[in-house]
Amino acid sequence: MTSGDITTLTPAVVIIGAGPSGLSAARELAPRINGDVLVLDRESTAGGIPRHSDHPGYGIRDMWRFMSGPAYARRLVRQAEAAGAKILTNATVTNWAGDRTIEATTPQGRVRVEARAVILATGARERPRPARLIPGDRAHGVYTTGHLQNLVHLQHGKVGKRAVVVGAELVSWSAALTLREAGCRTVLMTTEYPRPDSYSLFSIPGRILFRTRVATRTRVTRVIGRPELRAVEIEDLDTGARRVVECDTLVLTGDWIPDHELVRAAGIAMDPGTNGPLVDNALRTDRPGVFAVGNLLHPVDTADIAAIDGAHVARSVLAWLRGRSAPAEQVRLIADAPFRWVAPEIFRPKDRAPARHRLLLWSDRYIPFPRIVLRQEGRVVARKRLWWPAAPGRVFRVPTSVLAAVRPDAGPVHIGVET
Amino acid sequence: MNTTFDVAVIGAGIVGSAIARKLAGYELSVALLDARNDVGDGTSKANTAILHTGFDAKPGTLESRLVGEGYHLLSEYAELTGIPVEHTGALLVAWTAEELDALPGLRRKAEQNGYGKTEIVGPEEVYRHLPHLGEGALGGLTVPDESIICTWTTNLALATDAVGRGVTLLLNRAVTSVEDLGDRTVLRASGGDVSARWVVNAAGLGADVVDRLFGHDRFTVTPRRGELLVYDKLARPMVNKIILPVPSSRGKGVLISPTVYGNVLLGPTAEDLVDRTDTGTSEKGLEFLLGKGEKLMPDLLREEVTATYAGLRAASDHPDYLIEADAGRRYVLVGGIRSTGLTAGIAIAEHVAGLVRDAGLALVPRENLPEPPRMPNLGEAFTRPYQDAARIAADPAYGKVVCFCERVTAGEVRDTFRSPIPPATLEGLRRRTRAMNGRCQGFFCGAEVKKLLESRGESTCEQRHAPLEAGR
Ligand SMILES: Cc1cc2nc3c(=O)[nH]c(=O)nc-3n(C[C@H](O)[C@H](O)[C@H](O)COP(=O)(O)OP(=O)(O)OC[C@H]3O[C@@H](n4cnc5c(N)ncnc54)[C@H](O)[C@@H]3O)c2cc1C
Ligand SMILES: Cc1cc2nc3c(=O)[nH]c(=O)nc-3n(C[C@H](O)[C@H](O)[C@H](O)COP(=O)(O)OP(=O)(O)OC[C@H]3O[C@@H](n4cnc5c(N)ncnc54)[C@H](O)[C@@H]3O)c2cc1C
Repeated sequence: MTSGDITTLTPAVVIIGAGPSGLSAARELAPRINGDVLVLDRESTAGGIPRHSDHPGYGIRDMWRFMSGPAYARRLVRQAEAAGAKILTNATVTNWAGDRTIEATTPQGRVRVEARAVILATGARERPRPARLIPGDRAHGVYTTGHLQNLVHLQHGKVGKRAVVVGAELVSWSAALTLREAGCRTVLMTTEYPRPDSYSLFSIPGRILFRTRVATRTRVTRVIGRPELRAVEIEDLDTGARRVVECDTLVLTGDWIPDHELVRAAGIAMDPGTNGPLVDNALRTDRPGVFAVGNLLHPVDTADIAAIDGAHVARSVLAWLRGRSAPAEQVRLIADAPFRWVAPEIFRPKDRAPARHRLLLWSDRYIPFPRIVLRQEGRVVARKRLWWPAAPGRVFRVPTSVLAAVRPDAGPVHIGVET
Repeated sequence: MNTTFDVAVIGAGIVGSAIARKLAGYELSVALLDARNDVGDGTSKANTAILHTGFDAKPGTLESRLVGEGYHLLSEYAELTGIPVEHTGALLVAWTAEELDALPGLRRKAEQNGYGKTEIVGPEEVYRHLPHLGEGALGGLTVPDESIICTWTTNLALATDAVGRGVTLLLNRAVTSVEDLGDRTVLRASGGDVSARWVVNAAGLGADVVDRLFGHDRFTVTPRRGELLVYDKLARPMVNKIILPVPSSRGKGVLISPTVYGNVLLGPTAEDLVDRTDTGTSEKGLEFLLGKGEKLMPDLLREEVTATYAGLRAASDHPDYLIEADAGRRYVLVGGIRSTGLTAGIAIAEHVAGLVRDAGLALVPRENLPEPPRMPNLGEAFTRPYQDAARIAADPAYGKVVCFCERVTAGEVRDTFRSPIPPATLEGLRRRTRAMNGRCQGFFCGAEVKKLLESRGESTCEQRHAPLEAGR
């Protein structure tokens, strides 16, 4: 229907964001429902972040393969389309026009989409320089990984010759790979943590491969160079000593923030830890019929986990479309230090277990074999030793079996570690 | 260049552009020079963008009069050209007994400045307007007409209007020396000399240096840096008014203000520098602002910072604007336009026209002046192209969003390159469209915007898009 110059579409489900999580949800839903599944993405090509993350390391847990980002993105798009989902690119969702009605701008015109269910799959971005409050000159040559990879892989643009990379987590090595491909040497990686945050599997060969030093317990305190970047000032966090490192490229990696504008515009309850919407095991937000998946919920996990969210939410959406509502009993999960956040944040004991039977957490400290403790109203309800480390810069996974003893009628569950 | 202009204006900031535009309304040939590769690339691009009523100016000064007049002139001009303005009003907040005691004096001062609409209010009223304000406000003074404006569009509108009226815009012309040939002056400039009968010096931070080239030694400019934090649009609902501090001897102090782009500003600092080009930010400055912000509005600090920047006020040892004509030398100095030049620009131009007339330059109004330009809208309070269904239907380029955070379309980017003063750099494009000014700072759109800059806006618009299937 066209009223004035606005086109109205009425799919059963609208998915906002065609990244791994949104496309996977579309693939699972499309064959199972009456009516359309419409995926909207503001980019001109569907696929989300993997489109420009041109290195292997994708698809491990969801497709049981080891493939490059772009190949993975193309495969997800093909699968969603083959399943019957409609993908509309160049479609920026700008605002809500009802509880499950959104509006978008596309070159074909303004569009209003009235759906019976909405899945938010808008992903996360890295904090850029201003958000990190790095003072100094307004220099060219300062990027986030997303910006860098768009530039190098999608636009085949040029960067400099000597780079400093802020961060030493997985995405930081992804940036270093991209820099190398663009002919730019990474002379230093900095991290505020006492050790590199990525899997040693990656960082040790990485160090040798890139001949890159990782300066732990350091931070960038000043950008130097006008108009082109010439150097950065690095501070040793333990001694306060500062030194100047010459470089013409600075890549700010990690430090994620969900793209939560639509969540906040809707007035959907937010989690101050993740900065994403509060969701339950079934990935429902607090607005009926509005669900959320992917890195919008857990900034930031690997693409396969985002994709598995998509598959997980599909069943919840089907149940909603059939008129089933959430079991009423619920408890709030709260991350205690050293954890920054936990997702999902709401646990409904009578509901289906969270995706992959895992709680996702983010740790600010490296702990080799953490013993997890769950407390409710001050009382310990569960303890579990895990045989994998909690490390800053990547998601820490805790089996949901620890929740078995949680009392639904008691207060919030605090998740921490015992030292 | 062989021609001799009737008037050459040095400096294409807001003040110089307004003067060139004004003088081009008479039967005069006018050149507008700037050292930079774009108009509005000096102080006029980095300020707090408040359209001041002038309520707190020093009564009786030229600045007080021109700010008061400028407020009305620019408000009207904005209406005519589409410069985004929002008449949000301001609330000056007192945090100490001393500041509270100062309010009646400020009210009287406002009246002396010809502004009679301020009112003293108690703390309940302050918190009614600003529920997110930090604890401890004791009272306030309302300034209902204080407004916010787009400084970039203001500068560009004035310069575009000037060019439309026949002004010759000469960019990349840094004036380094001058030669007096009796009936005309030759300005020796990097990109080529310019000859003119009259010269107006509106060189902002460089005005004292240019003034000395004309043999004067009247004042010295001190660059007074002001650093600012720009908060995410999601913070905008918390701040519906400009929140002013009680001014002290050290300046206007740190304010919180909404912007016409839908963000919130916290700043500026005030720090005297030596380097007139140092628009970088400093660790100390940012820390100071965070400290202030934590007291003024702690909730604001929980939001993300979208941008940081610094501007340099052309402070001087002279207590007022320093605007003087030298009839013998056929030269006008427009100096010391410190922290109010955005507001006062058009009034300064009127004043300068009066001075040159009195000094003997014949001002014969031109007939058939072209209409002022209608500027692309960058303001959130007015319809932007991405929201305009009819406009997108007529031209799909306005439906192709290239900068997602700021919702800038390919059509708007393309239009800047077809405009009378196209952007020369990424920064110029950002000022004209807001592209890349948003919260991601290029994470998503940086590469795409750069490509559009290189292709002068002509790449993505030409794609074909299949029509939508409606009614499903
Ligand atoms: C540099 C880098 C390297 C990485 N390397 C790996 C790796 O090797 N292996 C791995 O498994 N993972 C990797 N990841 C992580 C992986 O890319 C993410 O986990 C995954 O992309 C998350 O998927 P998503 O669907 O949640 O979000 P995204 O992929 O971010 O997709 C979100 C989509 O939503 C769209 N969108 C947002 N807002 C709107 C709106 N308002 N309107 C319309 N559309 C909108 C966006 O355009 C985007 O396409 C890497 C990430 C980065 C940044
Ligand atoms: C932090 C801050 C906050 C402010 N807030 C406000 C506000 O809220 N409201 C308000 O009304 N005002 C405000 N101001 C003041 C306002 O921005 C200035 O008064 C105004 O921009 C001055 O304009 P201008 O044209 O005189 O100077 P500029 O914009 O600096 O223009 C001068 C031009 O002269 C050129 N130039 C210099 N030397 C030469 C040379 N030798 N040859 C050729 N060209 C030359 C420069 O390149 C420059 O483009 C603020 C200023 C700052 C710094």
